[in-house]
Amino acid sequence: MSILVNKDSKIICQGITGKQGSFHTEQCIEYGTNIVGGVTPGSKNDSHLGVPVFDTAEEAVRSTQANVSMIYVPAPFAADAIIEAADAGIELVVCITEGIPVSDMVKVKATLKSYDCLLVGPNCPGIITPEECKIGIMPGIIHQKGKIGVISRSGTLTYEAVYQTTQNGLGQTTCVGIGGDPVRGMNFIDCLGLFQADPETKGIVMVGEIGGTDEESAADFIKSEVSKPVVAYIAGVTAPPGKRMGHAGAIVAGGKGTAKEKYKALDAAGVATVKSPAELGSTILELVT
Amino acid sequence: MNLHEYQAKKLFIKYGIPTPIGYTATTRNEAKEAANKIGGELWVVKAQAHTGGRGKAGGVKIAKSISEVQDFTEEMMGMTMVTHQTGPSGLPVNLVYIEPGSDIDREIYLSILLDREEEKISFVASAAGGMNIEEVAEKDPEKIFKISISSASGLMDYQIRQLAFGVGLYGDQLKQFALILKRMYALFKESDASLIEINPLIVSRTGEVIALDAKINIDSNALYRQKEIIKMRDPSQEDAKENEAAEKELNYVSLDGNIACMVNGAGLAMATMDLIKLHGGEPANFLDVGGGATSDRVAFAFKLILSNTNVRAILVNIFGGIVRCDLIAQGVISAIKEVGVNVPVIVRLEGTNVKKGRALLKESELEVITASDLTDAAKKAVAVALKS
Repeated sequence: MSILVNKDSKIICQGITGKQGSFHTEQCIEYGTNIVGGVTPGSKNDSHLGVPVFDTAEEAVRSTQANVSMIYVPAPFAADAIIEAADAGIELVVCITEGIPVSDMVKVKATLKSYDCLLVGPNCPGIITPEECKIGIMPGIIHQKGKIGVISRSGTLTYEAVYQTTQNGLGQTTCVGIGGDPVRGMNFIDCLGLFQADPETKGIVMVGEIGGTDEESAADFIKSEVSKPVVAYIAGVTAPPGKRMGHAGAIVAGGKGTAKEKYKALDAAGVATVKSPAELGSTILELVT
Repeated sequence: MNLHEYQAKKLFIKYGIPTPIGYTATTRNEAKEAANKIGGELWVVKAQAHTGGRGKAGGVKIAKSISEVQDFTEEMMGMTMVTHQTGPSGLPVNLVYIEPGSDIDREIYLSILLDREEEKISFVASAAGGMNIEEVAEKDPEKIFKISISSASGLMDYQIRQLAFGVGLYGDQLKQFALILKRMYALFKESDASLIEINPLIVSRTGEVIALDAKINIDSNALYRQKEIIKMRDPSQEDAKENEAAEKELNYVSLDGNIACMVNGAGLAMATMDLIKLHGGEPANFLDVGGGATSDRVAFAFKLILSNTNVRAILVNIFGGIVRCDLIAQGVISAIKEVGVNVPVIVRLEGTNVKKGRALLKESELEVITASDLTDAAKKAVAVALKS
């Protein structure tokens, strides 16, 4: 078992003929992901990387019965692409694109409420169910099928957590990079709920960072809804206030969104917090064995 | 991106948001000219710098004569504004804004922002104008009123009334307030702002509602479609190194410590700073070199890091994913050779092709200290920085 995606997921890539889309789609296919097509409006090519290329998401879904879309469309056009996917009947949109205007995402979120469609990202590494399905830019090689669910706002920091749980033999059920933007699709809470319900997930690693209050909401949720062990790390204890730390959403504004507050909330909820990302793997190993 | 008060007020005037009509000045002559154009007997001289708390730092002064306007202008020009928001290095004042003095009956706080918790655009108002809103939120949270706008309905009249009654505006002032909110909402959306703050919004003794201050932040992700706004950028108010890094698509933030870091990925870069601190050191910067850590980018990153003379050690922390560790190691080696790094470099590599990468570093005969894991890397960096 896994959450959200598995070997039966049928995936299209929006922006498949672009530089990023092309490179990463190829990597996904190599990993064994079931990529069934791509979308590039007005593309002259009928196929790319061995899969058909369509003008619209609607056409792609109609022809391939795809249920997941992976988006690499440049930021100015990404909001349009997300809603296009939802409107075409896609059930899960994974948007990798970085730099989408926040007001565009506000509109996207409001619009998605009227569709039965989940969104992961934007500005994220994507989602992977090891040895079944890789949707995004993460290095497939460091993952291993197993029993830990990973949720993270950051890319490379997720890889650290994944790598440690591969090294110590635990492996992962599914890893979700929820993204570093202030307004995004699925959040910690959504993923925590899914991992709690997944029988194969025995423990959860959560990687948060400064900015916003999503980790605090997650702490409340864990207290009442999650019985599985959770280990959490929050990046940015040393980040100065008022500065964007790389990610658009990683900013301490008006004294809110500090790592200290997040740790406090997670500790109070009984989460095993670690002050060093190097301890994520060993701590979850202790708790699940 | 932040705008100056005078730029924000220009936008207010364009959108019909009532604000005193003022003029910018840089010299005594310009100050005199501005004061004459404004007329009256009372002027306010305001230093233009991208920070709040200017009043306390001597950047807002009331002048009772034209010669005072000139004196204050001269005083403020070229001063370095140090406030709780700027940090000790402060921001330069290259321009002042002169406007007529106002007759204030009461002060209100009003802002519109991209509200990440609600995932909507929200207005926030408080009857405690002129005060720092964070302070009010802490001491008197019941004095703060917030409305969030649905994208489908837009700003509704009942919401405007909620805010107005909350801060005690009725009758004719409610009407004026309603117009201000509607125009702020339009300006907010059309300029891709992330925040417009008016603190204070005043009610004058003659009953007029006027924006006395103006602060606008623009969503940097949306600058590509804000051709007019982007012209208002003032690099003198930004960190030169951070700008230089941004041009090369690197994320850099200067800090006060002496251990520099170079990391791929924003989350891991923050975590690396935290690890340095956790093991008793102080990070000199945040630096995310991105996914494609090529030798060009790494070389530039080394130059950037070394332009900070406090740096006593450099910790390179790379998790090689799609980009293989051996390629990164080559990048680091050629960059060190090219730039001529004169402080100890600690390298921690992990991920794809890590053995090849580490072997390359060893064979390079450069004085690179290799670290086996995150903790080892941080400890070694702290130890080396203490020694040198």
